[in-house]
Amino acid sequence: MAASSTVAASAGPARPAQSFWQRVRGGDEIALGITFLSAFSVLFVTGMIVWELWANSSLPRHQFGWSFLVTQTWDPVAGQFGALPFIYGTLVTSALAMLIGIPLGVGAAIFLAEFAPPKISDALTFLIELLAAVPSVIYGLLGIFILIPILRTIEPALRSVLGWTPLFKGPFYGVSLFSAGVVLSVMIVPFIISISREVIRAVPNEQREAALALGATRWETVWDAVIPFASKGIVGSIFLALARSLGETMAVTMVIGNDPKIKASLFAPGYSIAAVIANEFTEATGQPYTEALIELGLVLFAVTIVINGVARILVATAERGKM
Amino acid sequence: MTRRLFGAALTLALAAGTASAQNVLINGAGATFPYPMYSKWFDEYHKKFPTLQFNYQSIGSGGGIQQVTQGTVDFGATDGPMNDMQLKDFEAKHGGPVLHFPTVMGADVPVYNIPGVTGQLNFTGEALAGIFLGKIAKWNDPELMKVNPGVTLPAKDIVVVHRSDGSGTTYIWVDYLCKVSKEWETKVGRGTSVNWPVGLGGKGNEGVSGQVKQTPYSIGYVELIFARQNKMSFGKVKNASGAFVEASLASVTADAASAVKEMPDDFRVSITNSPGKDSYPISSFTWLLVPAKIPDATKKKAITGFLTWMMTDGQTMAAALDYAPLPKAVVAKEQKALAKIQ
Repeated sequence: MAASSTVAASAGPARPAQSFWQRVRGGDEIALGITFLSAFSVLFVTGMIVWELWANSSLPRHQFGWSFLVTQTWDPVAGQFGALPFIYGTLVTSALAMLIGIPLGVGAAIFLAEFAPPKISDALTFLIELLAAVPSVIYGLLGIFILIPILRTIEPALRSVLGWTPLFKGPFYGVSLFSAGVVLSVMIVPFIISISREVIRAVPNEQREAALALGATRWETVWDAVIPFASKGIVGSIFLALARSLGETMAVTMVIGNDPKIKASLFAPGYSIAAVIANEFTEATGQPYTEALIELGLVLFAVTIVINGVARILVATAERGKM
Repeated sequence: MTRRLFGAALTLALAAGTASAQNVLINGAGATFPYPMYSKWFDEYHKKFPTLQFNYQSIGSGGGIQQVTQGTVDFGATDGPMNDMQLKDFEAKHGGPVLHFPTVMGADVPVYNIPGVTGQLNFTGEALAGIFLGKIAKWNDPELMKVNPGVTLPAKDIVVVHRSDGSGTTYIWVDYLCKVSKEWETKVGRGTSVNWPVGLGGKGNEGVSGQVKQTPYSIGYVELIFARQNKMSFGKVKNASGAFVEASLASVTADAASAVKEMPDDFRVSITNSPGKDSYPISSFTWLLVPAKIPDATKKKAITGFLTWMMTDGQTMAAALDYAPLPKAVVAKEQKALAKIQ
């Protein structure tokens, strides 16, 4: 928008003002129309989703009110519905995924963009981008047949080191919040790597040259001159990864244990919002059961927005603090 | 040239139009459990009557009930009978009732993974209810020891695995637990999804069996067909007459046969825990849901024709696909019920 108006302004004195049709022939108005429609349709679809979720969940909203968000019972037979165990499971698995995924992903991106020889970097990036295209059911299967047996073997070690915290207590059945978090971290790392690498590579070379000229080492150059320049893009990649992990369904339901109870231990089975919707919606009959599942969709939407909002505010305050 | 081409295309289109007018397409949707059986039947029936085409979407029992009630399909299919409220809903919308027609039978079997135990275990209904309630927490519980003489059961915690997705398989399992345990009936109840007191959830039969295989000292339940096709070993269950019976097509059919006497005319009956010394107690029908009023005469003819064929020739194909065929007495009763379709 801003660019097109400056072009029009600078062209103004040289030629008489163009009529609407001339501008249409020039393509500006068409481009504006098409891009506006694209942007609007995205907003429209999002709005429709929220509206549908809202309109189709009126029964449980009236019956349970806000207590839907804070009660723990999910009993389709008795018609008692509370979303807390699912919200808890979604947040814990995503937090764990980010905890593992962010350092791994950003570290790999820095290596690929700054240190690796270009040929190796391109080859590795291609492989990593392939990872992003792997269907989530495959990640679920890998989780069950490869990751969980591995976790079983390292579980005693984990327990002996961290067993004093409530996070690593209780029996370990394989499927657990912990397994789901690890599988999710593997799934989101490709997003962080591939976007962050592009962003880091797009940092102008002057930044590096200036830092090196001042006598900085290569690492100092990367950490103090390149990364701050690319930080917005890296944070963006992390948001995308977070959104993916909050909404991931198939891989999570295969390894999380699908037990709607809140336990402090990461070794305990749990449940996530997306997983319970996928599991129960097809066979849900009667009200308010079906509508409670739809309300869960609304809750997931809200959780995503709130977390994204909070994260954005945190990032903004951190950046202001730096200046 | 173009005009001739256009003319030819028009004639072709017209010909296709008249041909499709004679073809009858019947749409159905519902249960996933009998889907392999139904697609085989519809395929065979189509071969017999090439102008009749049945289209079946296996979207789940809940979806089947919903769609037939909304009238978006010609028939539905379900693993659990419709309840009274759903029947009333249907009647209010269509001005006539919906009929249940049993087609084949299935059963649930307990599968377990106890390192060191290779033989077939015996289970009583009380023991299964106790395990799934979390009250029987160890494999060497007296309740299990007493019906498995000669087997050394370890003093290990039992890991319970159940279905996480809503399912007719779950409905049959918990329906049985309700009948053998008052505590289960009041605390948990029956449904395609329930609030499980203990355990891990696996998605689908393959999710449950995978979890059981991977987790030592675990127990779960899967469909008999799934267990048979995957050559899994499973436990015997004590029936209402006191005998420990292994699930098989014959023992499942026997269970239904012993329940015929008390079967209501609308076939909405649970046959779990029926009497009879050969009956396998965790068995169930699966039903087709057909509206009693079918205004379209050709569709009505097609559906009743198919049902008649399904009860006779169709039944002979069931065993090959590991489904238990209906007992003769049930078929006779169903043939009478056909007259209710108008």
